[in-house]
Amino acid sequence: MNAIDAAFERLKIGKKKAFIPFIAAGDPDIESTKELAKTLAKNGASIIEIGFPYSDPIADGPVIQAAYTRALNKGLKIEHILKAIAEVSQDLEKEKILVPFVAMVSMSIIHRFGKDKFIEGCLKAGFSGLIIPDLPVEESLEIAKDLKKSGLSLILLVTPNTPKERALLILSACSGFVYCVSVSGITGERDKIPEELLKNLAWLREQTPLPLCVGFGISKPEHAKVLRDHADGVIVGSAIVKHIETAEKAGLPAVKTAIANLAESLVSALNS
Amino acid sequence: MNAKLQSIPDAMGRFGLFGGRYVPETLIEALNELTTEYEKACKDEAFQQEFHRYLNEYVGRPSRLYFAERLTKEAGGAKILLKREDLNHTGAHKINNSIGQALLAKRMGKKRIIAETGAGQHGVATATACALFNFPCRVYMGEEDIRRQKLNVFKMQAMGAEVCPVTTGSRTLRDAVNEAMRDWMSTVGDTHYIIGSAVGPHPFPWIVRDFQSVIGKESREQCIAQTGKLPKVVVASVGGGSNAAGMFFPFIHDKDVEIVGVEAGGRGPKPGGNAATLSHGAPGILHGAFSYVLQDTDGQTADVHSVSAGLDYPGVGPEHSYWKDSGRVKYTNVNDEEALAGFDLCSKLEGILPALETAHAVVEAMRIASKLTKDDVVVVCFSGRGDKDCYEIARVTGESLE
Repeated sequence: MNAIDAAFERLKIGKKKAFIPFIAAGDPDIESTKELAKTLAKNGASIIEIGFPYSDPIADGPVIQAAYTRALNKGLKIEHILKAIAEVSQDLEKEKILVPFVAMVSMSIIHRFGKDKFIEGCLKAGFSGLIIPDLPVEESLEIAKDLKKSGLSLILLVTPNTPKERALLILSACSGFVYCVSVSGITGERDKIPEELLKNLAWLREQTPLPLCVGFGISKPEHAKVLRDHADGVIVGSAIVKHIETAEKAGLPAVKTAIANLAESLVSALNS
Repeated sequence: MNAKLQSIPDAMGRFGLFGGRYVPETLIEALNELTTEYEKACKDEAFQQEFHRYLNEYVGRPSRLYFAERLTKEAGGAKILLKREDLNHTGAHKINNSIGQALLAKRMGKKRIIAETGAGQHGVATATACALFNFPCRVYMGEEDIRRQKLNVFKMQAMGAEVCPVTTGSRTLRDAVNEAMRDWMSTVGDTHYIIGSAVGPHPFPWIVRDFQSVIGKESREQCIAQTGKLPKVVVASVGGGSNAAGMFFPFIHDKDVEIVGVEAGGRGPKPGGNAATLSHGAPGILHGAFSYVLQDTDGQTADVHSVSAGLDYPGVGPEHSYWKDSGRVKYTNVNDEEALAGFDLCSKLEGILPALETAHAVVEAMRIASKLTKDDVVVVCFSGRGDKDCYEIARVTGESLE
């Protein structure tokens, strides 16, 4: 069984919701990424998304874009990320901590690096799935086949302006979980959970047995509290990356404490 | 070979292998809506008439096809004819597309327009169309370009557009495109994004090419009327490739017409030293389309350089990639130094200041003309006037206009 499917099975049995944090690889540096991933894994993360920095990330807001720029300016390469995640995966396995990794990566990168080489690299590193935010379902058929063969999940996005018929097509090609985008727009923190989102979640729930996880704008325990009755998990990116942003000044230990606290408050809001 | 070349993108938005849509799900519906509306507009005679009425009455079309006698004599071979897009209102070909897309936005009931700009020509053209059709307009422009193109910033603001500085990445055109796409992701319901070149996700490359095709259509008719035959060679500069796509497309099926695109050779072939995407790049994905792109081995977009801000772009329109791989169009490049010399020569011999983009095409056209006979004709897309580049040329040549 794919590790993401297994993770949701465990959550279901424990009647719990998924907390899925996102960090940008190589921010502030690749050694810290390993530390931060372990911190999140030990503080309630159900799955961890690893962002592959890209020079032109059009779906991302200023916080994640800045993190990508910081990482690339230090000369981060794909090979560094794959090596780092392989090491973290091994360390966590030794400690019997089961937290699957998902790669968030632009199709620009996969194409140039080489699709087959990239998939093989992800498998070796211990990734369990891919999110390719700039690959719409129509363009995803080819890579979907390859991923299926490799046992990797392909997590697709459904947005508030996705028509129902199209959403069904996306659901049929999606595996692991459905990434439900909370609002039309880019990643980043937002104040409120839109009413429309809850309706969409209810509709999606009737269409698919896949877990539904909500991302874009989720930053506070209050958001998690609202969503726990409507979704199977939340994805938190910018709010975490914002803490990491302070690493240069505040130092890594302070950042680790801050994201551990944020993780704990979100996990308890999701499951209390 | 030519008979088999595709004229419109297939159901997946591709010209051969190139094009498609590599954008976030949030934009797909807007792109579908745009495709449907554009298909309708193509068949709607009233829409086409309105577009051409504005091109004639407002832009000042048809632009002249001018026999450049002294450049011809200097080259010493074929006749050189200049398609004078510099004489359009706003001084470049960009206005053809901005007017067309603004009319399309009106047709779709959109309430607001956004655009990106590099050197500012497309920003000015879009600000112009927005003033004309009463749209609120926001133009994204890299901080670095704002510094280099103050006059164009002033023009856009004078026409009521808001110029939004982009401070991310390289702070140039490519980051302005990213920022405009991000805006569009959040405002897609009521906003239309007028992209300035034949790039981006389907259907943009197709729409931009079509609105710019008036250049090639007029040139073809004028050339036959003035010389009694088709040109031997057609030449245009290629950054993203909108003036070239518009010039080339109507000649694509004329199998005896040679077509040459001219990219920015910059300081030379080393990575980072040029913007000659088709000469030095490889197929990849940038700004929503699969096309040739200048990237490193990890897929990160490379830094580019050209003395011409309008050619300074690491990608190129997908249809150009298609034409390149099919062998229909030959792509070459002209470096900074040659382009500056071309600016000088054209100004002194013809009394016409070319934009630096245009100077690239003029240089290549003279090279080609020199190898042909006086019975042959070379048509050059004279895409824009050089006023906007005077400050930059003065800076590069060590003069000061302050």
